[in-house]
Amino acid sequence: MDARNSWGSYPDAEGRFGNFGGRFVAETLMPNILALQEAYEQAKSDPAFLETLDIFLRDYVGRPSPLYFAERLSAHFGGAKIYFKRDELNHTGAHKINNCMGQIFLAMRMGKTRIIAETGAGQHGVATATVCARFGLPCVVYMGAKDVDRQSPNVFRMKLLGAEVRPVDAGTATLKDAMNEALRDWVTNVKDTFYIIGTVAGPHPYPQLVRDFQSVIGRETRQQMLEREGRLPDALVACIGGGSNAIGLFHPFLEDEQVKIYGVEAAGHGIETGLHAAALTGGRPGVLHGNRTYLLQDDDGQIIDAHSISAGLDYPGVGPEHAFLKDTGRATYLSATDEEALEAFQLCARLEGILPALEPSHALARVGEIAKDVGKGGIVVMNLCGRGDKDIFTIANALGAKI
Amino acid sequence: MPVSRLSEAFAAAKAEHRAALVAYVMAGDPLLETCAAILDALPGAGVDVIELGFPFTDPMADGPSIQRAGIRALKNQVTLKKTLALAAGFRAKHPTTPLIVMGYLNPVETLGYQAFATLAAESGVDGAIIVDAPPEEDRDLRAAMQANELALIRLATPTTDARRLPKVVEGVSGFVYYVSVAGITGDKAIETADIAEAVAAVRQASGLPVAVGFGIKTPEAAARTAQIADGVVVGSALVDVIAQAHETGADAAQAAAAFCQSLAHAIAQARQEPSA
Repeated sequence: MDARNSWGSYPDAEGRFGNFGGRFVAETLMPNILALQEAYEQAKSDPAFLETLDIFLRDYVGRPSPLYFAERLSAHFGGAKIYFKRDELNHTGAHKINNCMGQIFLAMRMGKTRIIAETGAGQHGVATATVCARFGLPCVVYMGAKDVDRQSPNVFRMKLLGAEVRPVDAGTATLKDAMNEALRDWVTNVKDTFYIIGTVAGPHPYPQLVRDFQSVIGRETRQQMLEREGRLPDALVACIGGGSNAIGLFHPFLEDEQVKIYGVEAAGHGIETGLHAAALTGGRPGVLHGNRTYLLQDDDGQIIDAHSISAGLDYPGVGPEHAFLKDTGRATYLSATDEEALEAFQLCARLEGILPALEPSHALARVGEIAKDVGKGGIVVMNLCGRGDKDIFTIANALGAKI
Repeated sequence: MPVSRLSEAFAAAKAEHRAALVAYVMAGDPLLETCAAILDALPGAGVDVIELGFPFTDPMADGPSIQRAGIRALKNQVTLKKTLALAAGFRAKHPTTPLIVMGYLNPVETLGYQAFATLAAESGVDGAIIVDAPPEEDRDLRAAMQANELALIRLATPTTDARRLPKVVEGVSGFVYYVSVAGITGDKAIETADIAEAVAAVRQASGLPVAVGFGIKTPEAAARTAQIADGVVVGSALVDVIAQAHETGADAAQAAAAFCQSLAHAIAQARQEPSA
């Protein structure tokens, strides 16, 4: 098969990206997941669905997001030109709303009357609460108790938007536990409830449909780059937690084999310390939350707690398509520590006047090396997928400042 | 012949005109040695089939009781291998009572399907329930289990409609576990009338005994379920009895046995009385 045709053909009918993905859920959820798949297949070929989504992405989310030449940062590193895809300028301040907008239309199409979601940093929770407010649907957001503490501005935003935030004390009280609890809610309320998953993980068809809704990032980037530079970029860079912003940027370029693709995971205190969230770099394949993918786990297959300064990357797994892109060698996965992300955050603030979220600060931490590697005359695009306002308390704390 | 141990247990209960009592306990809960004593006490307390849970850090289909039991087991450093060792210890003393293990797929994947099936067979285990391995995802595991004459027990639920049921019962062995409510373990009390029809449909489609579980907490509820099902599964309620006994310094094995006896007694009487 022609490689240009092959990347777009995943997942297969069983939801597999090679060995990864699938539908590893309790039987109670299987009929619902199959119904979702059927509804999504119909929706994505329905011009009316796509047109409505496009209008809301334009008028409500504020798309297309700009492609910005980060001139001073580029000069600082002295390599390739660095562009930012400014998805932090979206309504609600991150890429998450691209996906929520798509899923809320699917939920209404399926006649569901109640929305649940999990959230880590709170960005997906805020985006879900936002679309629920806009369309008048009740919304319950599960959030690890630890994340409720460190992301209090987003908790308050969700409440202002009318959502109920349910703190989850189980396990490590972070994103994975919030996802467990959301799945338990869904199993219990399967008839009327739609689960808006925030990343490219979970059972099929979630990794596919979240990817498709986020791919607007890469499609716009491709067009903007052709208009601006008359050619495709040499490299793409994005941070990876579950990996939805990254796959959104990467996917429309997968078949352009000359475009190098880099994902950056959270190395926490350092991969060698074991206290990190880099499932691809420091984990091995297993099954969690409905899909087979790379996971942080021990010799018995028990999931190991992830560690990252960034609540949005603090997850012991990763989307199955990233696992596939790693194993096939199409993408390269690097990592950045908490400390490196903090340095990159400050550099971006001072050189570009942009406070990035801690999540894309991890991508920023590697973008200099990648720009140097690509070299002068080259072009690198980094997804600046979220803004840093939500993180100022965490950052102040890490820098020893009082606010 | 491990699968036949299951068949014989259900057949024996049927011959006595009663449902089988299926009891769930978490391996290594509250302590590894206490759990061994609990298992040892169950056959004498009227338990026909034992489900031995193995812990997982992220039990996404379980309610608070079994979540807590899993956390206790993990604190006691219980692994899948230790769970199978516990089963082997039980089997050495109890040659006829069937024992199946129940849990999530990742520990099984980590051990390897073949290695798991071989070790389970060597440990005298009769089968397994893997909650997050629906028919779409269990082909390789099922092959490994079959090669070792072990049952891979499937779950049917209220959301399993007529269109899906044939897929769920395809290639099943042992028995079918009907999850009587859409929800997590131990979640709500069950409505017997709602499930009678579903149980009959699953029984007919599978040609196997149907055990009903999720939300059966009392002898009365067990008796109502026993009127319509071939097996009655009690999990969260038994786990709670064990936890409470352990916390109050009582003999957990004795408490578990007493509770199971009350369930077994209620089940034995259930079909002697006219249905309400």
